[in-house]
Amino acid sequence: MASRFDVVQDAESRDTYYLNMGPQHPSTHGVLRLKLHLDGETILSVDPVIGYGHRAHEKMAENRDYLQFLPNPSRVDYISGMIYNIGYCQAIERAMGIEVPERAEYIRVIANELNRISSHLLWLGTFLLDLGAFTPFLYAFDDREKILDILDRVTGSRLTYCYGRFGGVTLDVDDLFLQQTAEFCTHFKTRFALYEELVIDNVIFQERTVGVGVFEPDLIQKYGVSGPCLRAMGQANDVRKDEPYGIYDRFDFDIPTQMAGDCFVRSLVRMDEMRQSVRIVEQAVKDIPDGPFIAPKVPKRIRPAEGEYHFCVESARGNFGIYIVSDGSDIPFRLKMRTPSFANMATMPDVMKGTLLSDAVAILGSIDIVVPEIDR
Amino acid sequence: MPSNILHFFDNFWLAIGATIAIVMAYLSVNAIMLIWLERKLAARIQRRIGPTRGPFGLVQQIFDMVKLFSKELITPDHVNRVLYLIAPVMIFAPVMALCTLFPISATWVFHDYSVAVVLLLAISGVNILAIFFAGWGSNNKYALLGAVRAVAQNISYEIPLILSIIPIVMMANSLSLYGIADAQTGVPYVLLQPIAAIIFIISATAETNRAPFDIPEAESELVAGFHTEYSGMRFGMFFFAEYSNMIIVCGLATVLFLGGWKGPYLPGPVWFFIKVYALIILMMWFRWTFPRLRFDQLMKFAWMVLVPLALINLLITTFVLKLI
Repeated sequence: MASRFDVVQDAESRDTYYLNMGPQHPSTHGVLRLKLHLDGETILSVDPVIGYGHRAHEKMAENRDYLQFLPNPSRVDYISGMIYNIGYCQAIERAMGIEVPERAEYIRVIANELNRISSHLLWLGTFLLDLGAFTPFLYAFDDREKILDILDRVTGSRLTYCYGRFGGVTLDVDDLFLQQTAEFCTHFKTRFALYEELVIDNVIFQERTVGVGVFEPDLIQKYGVSGPCLRAMGQANDVRKDEPYGIYDRFDFDIPTQMAGDCFVRSLVRMDEMRQSVRIVEQAVKDIPDGPFIAPKVPKRIRPAEGEYHFCVESARGNFGIYIVSDGSDIPFRLKMRTPSFANMATMPDVMKGTLLSDAVAILGSIDIVVPEIDR
Repeated sequence: MPSNILHFFDNFWLAIGATIAIVMAYLSVNAIMLIWLERKLAARIQRRIGPTRGPFGLVQQIFDMVKLFSKELITPDHVNRVLYLIAPVMIFAPVMALCTLFPISATWVFHDYSVAVVLLLAISGVNILAIFFAGWGSNNKYALLGAVRAVAQNISYEIPLILSIIPIVMMANSLSLYGIADAQTGVPYVLLQPIAAIIFIISATAETNRAPFDIPEAESELVAGFHTEYSGMRFGMFFFAEYSNMIIVCGLATVLFLGGWKGPYLPGPVWFFIKVYALIILMMWFRWTFPRLRFDQLMKFAWMVLVPLALINLLITTFVLKLI
């Protein structure tokens, strides 16, 4: 009887074989497992096996009240945890009809966009690492470290933030935070030239990415592709613009789009998104008003009225949706999280087919997946 | 004529023993120092500090060597034992042999072979066999893929490498490394043969399997390539061989294109090693700057760009030499 791990030989053909990539592999970004069916180095089919990082977040939600679940969303996607944490707060606020003070909204926007930049920087580093360039990784981490330091000071954590509260944020920010943020924006704008010179303009980088891993348009509907992957296919789709949540409708920013849908333009889109995030942060730092940082009257017990609620935010990876079914009690009846990495990763069998083994690594890096977010 | 090492010793076996001792000692120290240099250089390129144990982090390498030596040698059950065990030795042996070929000054050479260039290319071919033994014997698919890539790559890049050496041999009218270095009076061949020099350094980087041509051991794709199943000092031998190979190709480049030991003011050996290590630093700089090429792009580059270019260069050289 063939065991679960028996993917050594292809029973049908002597020319093809299976290669088990992961769950322990340097470039599967955690614990994703890809069963590759190969002919030489050409990929005949890919079978992603997920679930190695499953932590039952959705089940946990059904066993604790709304406030107790607050630390969980940022663990779902630990790279852009702030966006998930605040997104969950916003979902509850909408369900409960809680008003959020102005200052808190601005703080949330700044924190969200800083987190988005740090997430994209981590992507830049690891993507280049997958392509075999080690040095940009450390340059990206250098900049990312600055963001983590800024957020660390006010939120108390560097990766899995729990900064949002229903009706505002945990702690107020001070002038030093705003000053540091403004300084970071000024500094970071000068770094784009460096990244372009070091990475985007590099001939080998372009050889490896242009025309590689093209997403066909029919994949959008088939799998629900979202985020930078979708915007690299020419669709100006961004939750921040389409269904503005919080105060995103007040800021002046663009949605970067590209047409080609390959690894190279996905990189360009993310680079442009970092520029737009800097724009948003600069506007928010300039306009932030004084006032309370948390709503004065938040209900002690969070009990959304019986019914279904859906709320989505634009995370660094795409459309993150929270769907809550409430039976009117303290504890959610069901809490479903729609995570963008899952949908984006689901396209892999279609996209990777016919490419080479090296391309598979590049494609996987370029869609920017976070495996625990897929598994939840 | 350079003096032969046999002139220093009346006993033949004593001379052989001395040669082996010198080469072993040199290669060991060299590998340790190059690892240190690479780490420090990479750290500087990446705005880090790098190793800090001991003065300038020099002791770190000693510790690492002790670690590699003291580790248990694991032989997995599923390997082909003969090939698996022979490969780490086999990859190091040719490098040692090749070290004896280089003339490090006008008078310092172990033995001046009249066909040293041919000998060098022939012996360095054994390297590929060792890599394939390692990949095949490991009985691991990542290792096998790495080995297949390594063989294809090394064979492909050997051709532009040889084609870039032939014009030099023609100009020097000698196959002896001493003769080639000695023929570069005044102007080094790098200025007379710039295209050959560029082709040589690219091919040499590929021959040593270093980034951006480190496809056989591409860690993001093939885990560790052909040496995935090796641990302890057996892995250490591959590691050693990589750095020793750099010495060989950079030494060859120094002799062929930079005039070997020749240079003003300083004595011959000093010039020779300055040139060799400058080239090694150049190769390290490549590694920490560029992403990795894809396998098919690499082969295409060899066959579609380097080989035609080298052939054209050879043709032009032939005509020019005929006219002169």
